[in-house]
Amino acid sequence: MTDTLPQDEDLRTAIVADGVNVYYGEKQALFDVDLDIKQNQVTALIGPSGCGKSTFLRCINRMNDVIDGCRVEGRIALDGDDIYDRSVDVVQLRARIGMVFQKPNPFPKSIFDNVSYGPRIHGIAERKADLEEIVHDSLVRAGLWNEVADRLNEPGTGLSGGQQQRLCIARAIAVRPDVILMDEPCSALDPIATARIEELIDDLRENYTIVIVTHSMQQAARVSQRTAFFHLGNLVEFGPTDQIFTSPRDKRTESYITGRIG
Amino acid sequence: MSGNREGRGRMSRSDTMETVRKGLRSRYAAERRFIWYGRGAIAVALGFLVLLVGSILIKGASVVTQTHIRLTVELPLETFSKNGVVTAESIGAANYVGLVKSSLRDLFPDVSGRRDKRALDSLISSGAPYELRDHVLANPELVGQSIDIWLSASDDIDMLDKGYIDRDIDSTGRRVTDKQIGWYDKLIADGRLERQFNTTFFTSGDSREPEQAGIWGAALGSFYTLMVTLLLAFPLGVTTAVYLEEFAPKNKWTDLIEVNINNLAAVPSIIFGLLGLAVFLNIIGLPRSAPLAGGVVLALMTLPTIIIAGRAALKAVPPSIREAALGVGASRLQTVTHHVLPLAMPGMLTGSIIGMAQALGETAPLLMIGMVAFIVDLPGGPLDPATVLPVQVYIWADSPERAFVERTSAGIIVLLLFLVVMNLSAVMLRKRFERRW
Ligand SMILES: Nc1ncnc2c1ncn2[C@@H]1O[C@H](COP(=O)(O)OP(=O)(O)OP(=O)(O)O)[C@@H](O)[C@H]1O
Ligand SMILES: [Mg+2]
Repeated sequence: MTDTLPQDEDLRTAIVADGVNVYYGEKQALFDVDLDIKQNQVTALIGPSGCGKSTFLRCINRMNDVIDGCRVEGRIALDGDDIYDRSVDVVQLRARIGMVFQKPNPFPKSIFDNVSYGPRIHGIAERKADLEEIVHDSLVRAGLWNEVADRLNEPGTGLSGGQQQRLCIARAIAVRPDVILMDEPCSALDPIATARIEELIDDLRENYTIVIVTHSMQQAARVSQRTAFFHLGNLVEFGPTDQIFTSPRDKRTESYITGRIG
Repeated sequence: MSGNREGRGRMSRSDTMETVRKGLRSRYAAERRFIWYGRGAIAVALGFLVLLVGSILIKGASVVTQTHIRLTVELPLETFSKNGVVTAESIGAANYVGLVKSSLRDLFPDVSGRRDKRALDSLISSGAPYELRDHVLANPELVGQSIDIWLSASDDIDMLDKGYIDRDIDSTGRRVTDKQIGWYDKLIADGRLERQFNTTFFTSGDSREPEQAGIWGAALGSFYTLMVTLLLAFPLGVTTAVYLEEFAPKNKWTDLIEVNINNLAAVPSIIFGLLGLAVFLNIIGLPRSAPLAGGVVLALMTLPTIIIAGRAALKAVPPSIREAALGVGASRLQTVTHHVLPLAMPGMLTGSIIGMAQALGETAPLLMIGMVAFIVDLPGGPLDPATVLPVQVYIWADSPERAFVERTSAGIIVLLLFLVVMNLSAVMLRKRFERRW
């Protein structure tokens, strides 16, 4: 397994996972995963279906807490602090770590309300003008502003799939998180919408740390700097994306990348 | 038609199409048959509904009017004053029964003999003196004059006028005598008998006299009772459903609770009445016969329905909405109140309205807490003795007078109207909650 690589040394480590084991009831889904995620980088998680990518991603913002019977062992630290520590408040944690889901899931409310919901409940902005500014900025950064500027009061569910997904990204960044987790954000989208979102991810990297789960090797190669390959709940290989794709060290990685497993 | 050689059971493409085509006929026929069964079933159901509602309407609609008799009543000053002064008290103390009787006898001066006089007296309702008193009390300036006033006829005359009593059959077989029919005809000829809007029925409580009996008392009782039920059962039911569905851990305790709630929904309603008697009346000491006690009992009965429907509605909310809210950092309660509940509300309302409709039609649990009773006064609030619509219908259906048959049907109509109004308001509420996108 890889550790910090030379060109990464100047980047701060945002998240460190140390010996993470996850169980759904009796069944173990992740085995001893060690992974460190650098700030302002895109880290891709790849691997065959059911290997535990989503499970790992959900550990990072503790979305697994709401699943009955799910148990997480080990340590995951965000900026050095264990996020599973008793003193950590999940609500606050999730405000710092945003998430975009596989299926676009806008609230059945207006576009404006979708984006302003996070800032409003966290009390980041109370005044209408502040909220409007946040909604504007987030939509601009999510590359959706031009398409919805004149219909902010229309339902978010009335947008196309790709627009909905960008709306969800805008909703996530409106809370101004440090980290954005994306679980197969393009799986329901056509190539053009996918390309737009990939562009967007690349832009967002400047200000955010991004972890993305993807089934598309090309996408991982295009958007990420580092790639982690999971197999049957194990982290098999982790390193710079070019290295994983050009000269994988593990046989399983190689067969997966060349299309023999998964 | 080649290629059939390729092993048993395999057919060539054209053979396959042929087989499919042959099968199609019977498949479509089955579909058509099913559609017609469905339509037939709906037609039968509708037919029975029309029959039921139609017969009730036909029997009950005539209650809208009530036969009245116009009497010319002298209001001599000396009857209404005490020591020469007319006060509300002296007006109230006058002998109205005598006034009404003598006014009626004045119309038929040739009637003599005790029996005939009594038969004549019974043309007018025994409530008529009270109507006269209320009129004079409201208009004291009439004292000293002679007034014309429409007073309720007795229930027998009302039935005769509405054609429910057959005047052609032998007089021993009917409740009005030939003489009375003669007086009745004379009253009509003089323009002194007329059917007028039946205010009494829509504004009074129960009475032993059909023409004095009204549905309003029972309607108010039902209203207060259901209000108590709704105010208790809806918040409790929704909170329980939300807790069990969204917050409670799934373990054997919550399983046990779930099984018990489901069983509770199937408990015969009279058991809830026994509980009400034992706990709410005897231990807590709620007033007997009061809508408060009835409402509490019915709330207990309705709770399981609301909880079960509420949980089903919550289950139907897609988990992705919860994830979305949690993902931006909403707390669990915020997730529920801001996103899940609004989406589940239409389903919860539907469940509640089913429960409330059940509660509206219940009599058995109310038996135990004294709401199945003869109550004349209109209840002024949930603490006053009251009865409810289905009980009123039951009491009238049990009374021998012909006029109560009409009132029974009319009571059922009012009950159904109550139900329709309830359902409509639920539909309207649901429309407001239903997501518009
Ligand atoms: N809620 C759950 N309850 C029980 N088992 C679960 C649950 N979620 C996931 N699992 C199991 O954990 C393992 C990892 O699942 P996970 O969803 O992380 O896979 P994945 O890598 O995201 O797959 P995919 O690419 O298909 O999304 C799987 O074997 C799955 O069956
Ligand atoms: Mg997944």
